[in-house]
Order: sequence, then structure tokens, then C-alpha cells
Amino acid sequence: METYDVVVLGAGPAGLAAGLEAAKRGGKTLIIERESRPGGILKQCIHDGFGLIEFKEKLSGPEYAERYIRMVRDKNIPIMTSTFATKVLKDKDKFIITLVNSNKGVFEIESKTMILANGCRERTSKQIFIHGSRPSGVYTAGTAQYFINILGYLPCKKCVILGSGDIGLIMARRLTLEGAKVIGVYEAKTTPSGLTRNIVQCLYDYDIPLYLSRTITRIIGDDRVEGVIINEVDENMKPIKGTEKLVECDGVILSVGLIPENEIAESLGIEIDKFTKGPCVDHNFMTLEDGVFSCGNALHVNDLVDYVTESGRYAGERAVVYAKNNIEKNLVKVNMSVNDFLYVVPQYIDITSNNKKVVLYFRSREIRKNVVVQIKYDNKIVFTRKYRVLRPPEMQRIELDLTELKMSKDKDFCIVMKEGQY
Amino acid sequence: MKELICIVCPNGCLLKVEKLNENWSIKGNLCSKGIDFAISEMTEAKRSVCSTVKTVFPEVPRLPVRTDGEIPKKFIFPLMKLINKVEIKAPIHSGDIILKNVFDTGVNVIATSDLFELLKEGIYD
Repeated sequence: METYDVVVLGAGPAGLAAGLEAAKRGGKTLIIERESRPGGILKQCIHDGFGLIEFKEKLSGPEYAERYIRMVRDKNIPIMTSTFATKVLKDKDKFIITLVNSNKGVFEIESKTMILANGCRERTSKQIFIHGSRPSGVYTAGTAQYFINILGYLPCKKCVILGSGDIGLIMARRLTLEGAKVIGVYEAKTTPSGLTRNIVQCLYDYDIPLYLSRTITRIIGDDRVEGVIINEVDENMKPIKGTEKLVECDGVILSVGLIPENEIAESLGIEIDKFTKGPCVDHNFMTLEDGVFSCGNALHVNDLVDYVTESGRYAGERAVVYAKNNIEKNLVKVNMSVNDFLYVVPQYIDITSNNKKVVLYFRSREIRKNVVVQIKYDNKIVFTRKYRVLRPPEMQRIELDLTELKMSKDKDFCIVMKEGQY
Repeated sequence: MKELICIVCPNGCLLKVEKLNENWSIKGNLCSKGIDFAISEMTEAKRSVCSTVKTVFPEVPRLPVRTDGEIPKKFIFPLMKLINKVEIKAPIHSGDIILKNVFDTGVNVIATSDLFELLKEGIYD
């Protein structure tokens, strides 16, 4: 049986960065990808804006992916494509991973560590409460994107978009450019879910209306979508009776949220954070299962690919360190208030780790203006940053150096948000 | 005074733009790119355009493309018409020019994926 130091599941931006870093640091590395091509979802994200942090350039998704694929190939790191991981078992200090592909059938490999970089999935029409029949013409934004950008088919001519997530906004522009009419984007919340700059350059630029506090309550049509019923919703996002409005259309594009993919994590009994829906990790990106790491959108849903890449890089680096040293852990919880934060990643700090650099990612629960975010250790302020505005769609990143801190198990580590003058 | 949201980078600064005599007054920008964006937005707004072009290869029916710079907004839909007429008949590489100097803007439309590589591996499944 082939044995590796690091096996990465997923060859999207997180997995490629993880594999590249692991191999650079001397780990025997293998990347597993279920599709026939590496690159993950970036392959169909043909819009630009990728890589501003990573490459200081405005690239399209395929360009960003190809740069990383090239770097991985130049280092001769194997990527096993069209290969599916069906089972993972822990056997003492290593993992036995069952794989299947058309070349070798079902086979097993061994690895000291495993990096889960298998991304996230879109919520579908089955996961949100919409009445009516099941006509064709209802797509998730990602599926519509695949139809248009990869296959070259226009999935609808006159559509509504439900949800104001970034992919939905980008598809509003894309459908418009391809000659379809986008009647409007309907968002149940009182504020948009996508990045502000996407609201501007995808909706405002093309005069596509954004309707807040409204949702689709019924889809009409038998063979094909013929229309939708739109309702206004109250502050609890419950439809208000008597506000029904019929909108005729032949397509419904759903952009109603992404959820980290965690089938393998769950099969190993790895603790999942109820806020991120991804595994809980320490600041080395290791889950609570020794030797299993998580990064990218499998860990928490990011809004920028640059951060996905960054987390993959850290996970790759730390996986090699773990594979070679098998270190003891001593975890301290990162405490936060759920009234202020939607989530904070990592959820733990490993105080025995020789890695003294902590990168924290967080999202605020609500739109907050003029706030100060502080990190406190043992009731002493060790980090302060002021923000003019914090919005839930815009993830924030904090870098913290632990070198000067005398960490111990019984002291409190917490992140707080409070009013403050910008 | 006009309020604009800068779309140059993920910061998305809220800019307050005003023309005082012959000079622009711009507030709210975290970097100098915001100034250029605001002036361009107030005089002639420009955008980059991303799309796909048809190919003759059934295993890779579309190839992604983008403008290598920004073009005035009024050219977006005319450019889409040009892009939709293109048909790629030979394998090309990422970065290759598909349409040169569109509408005399100095901007080219370039391929953003490597058809050569795509054809080797077939369509993603």
C-alpha cells in the first residue's frame, strides 16, 4: 500500500495550495480530485476579481486556478483526478483511505495526515421552503453558471433570482450579458448577503432591481416555470399574508447560501462548529481529530479565494510539521459573543504549538459602524483594531503573534467587539 | 455631492465625490485607487467584461475570455455582440488575444483558460 505524509482531498484553490505547501516543506504528498480537472469551482467562475491579494492582479477564476495548477505540476506533486474517496478509517497514527477510479477500481492508500479541502455545496430548492410543483427552470446559481460558462447553454430567458449571495449577483450580470432578462433579485433579509461591490457592479450597472424583505413563496408551472409568487416578509422572515404578487418568468435562480461539505469529517466523528457548519480547528488548522486538517470553504465559507488559498497553505505547512513530529496538543478555546460575531475561526489555540502566529477570520453578526475589535488574554488586551464598518458578507482577518504571551490552560482567550470611535 | 461605492478592491469604500470649481474632492477612500476610480466614474465609467466564446471542439464547447483592461460602459453590449460571433477553431493558450483593440480603446479580449490543456483532459465532469 502506498504511504504518504499528507493526502489532500480536493484540488480546488484550498487543496492545491495545501498540497503545494506540504510538498515544498518536504512532505510526501498526494492530491485527490473527484472531477477530471483540478481547479474546483474556479473553472466555471469566469468573472474577474480573483487574486488581488495573492497575485496583486485582477484575474478570472480559470486563470487563478491555472496558475496554481501549474505550480503544483512544476513541483511534480501528483494529482489523482476522477478519483473519489469513499471511506476513511483511522488506524492508530495513520489513516487508511479507500479510493475508487476507473483506472485502478477500488484501492487503498495510507497517510499520516489528511487535509479536508473539499469545499462547500449550494443550498438547493429542496432545502428552502418553497411551495408548488417541480417544474424545470429552477436552478442553483452554480448550476446556471455551469450551464452558461462551461456548456454554453442559456438556462432561461426571463428569470428571477432568489437570494442576494455573491454567485446569484454575478449570475444576474452574466444572464443579462447573454441576453436574458433578470426581473429582479429578491432577498428575504433586510440587508444584502453579497459583497457591496458585487451589488454595485452586477446589479446597479445593469439596472437590475434588488428587493429586500421579500421572498418567493410559490413556484407556478407544470413542465416549465411559468411564474412565481412573491411575498413581503416580516422581521422574522415570515411571509406577510395579503402581499402576494405574481411575477411571470421562465426561470428561478437560487442563491440561498453555501454549506461546508463535511461527509468525511462527520464519518470520522469530527466536531462540527454549529456557526460555520465546518469542523472546529485550532490555529494550525487541525480539527479535533489528530492528523486531520481542514481549510478553504470546507472549513468555513469564504468570500475571497485569496483567503481560501491562504488557509490551504497554512494547513499544508502544519500537516507536514505534524506528520514529522506527532506533537502533543493543549487546546484553549477562543471565546466570542454570538451577539456580536457570526463566527470566529479558528475555534481553538494550541498553546503547546511551536507555531506562534495566529490568523483569525471572523464575520460580524450584523452591520456595525464604528466598532473596535479586541483580543484579550488573561483579561489583558493583546490586540486592537478599529473598523469604520463591519458587514456580515465581508469576512475580516486578524493576525496575532503569541510569542510574548505566556499561554496556560486556565487563562481566558477571547475576542470582543465594542463601540468605539473610528 | 455624489456617493459611490468603490469596486476596485474588496474594501468597497464609500466615496463622497464633489466637483469644486475644476477640481474633484474625494473623501472616504482608503487608498489612491479610490481617487482614480471616482474621477473615472464621474467622467466616463469603465468596466472590464468577462464572457465565453464558442469553440469547434465538442469536448470543450466554450472558452472563457475577458478584456485585459476596462472599456467605457457604453461598449459593453456592442462588445458582447463581437464576442458572440467568435468561433475558436484551433487550440490556444491562456492569455492569447482573441479580439484586438476593441472599439479603438486599446483593450484586447484575451482567453482566460488554456484550451490546449482543456482538450487534453476533456470537459470537467
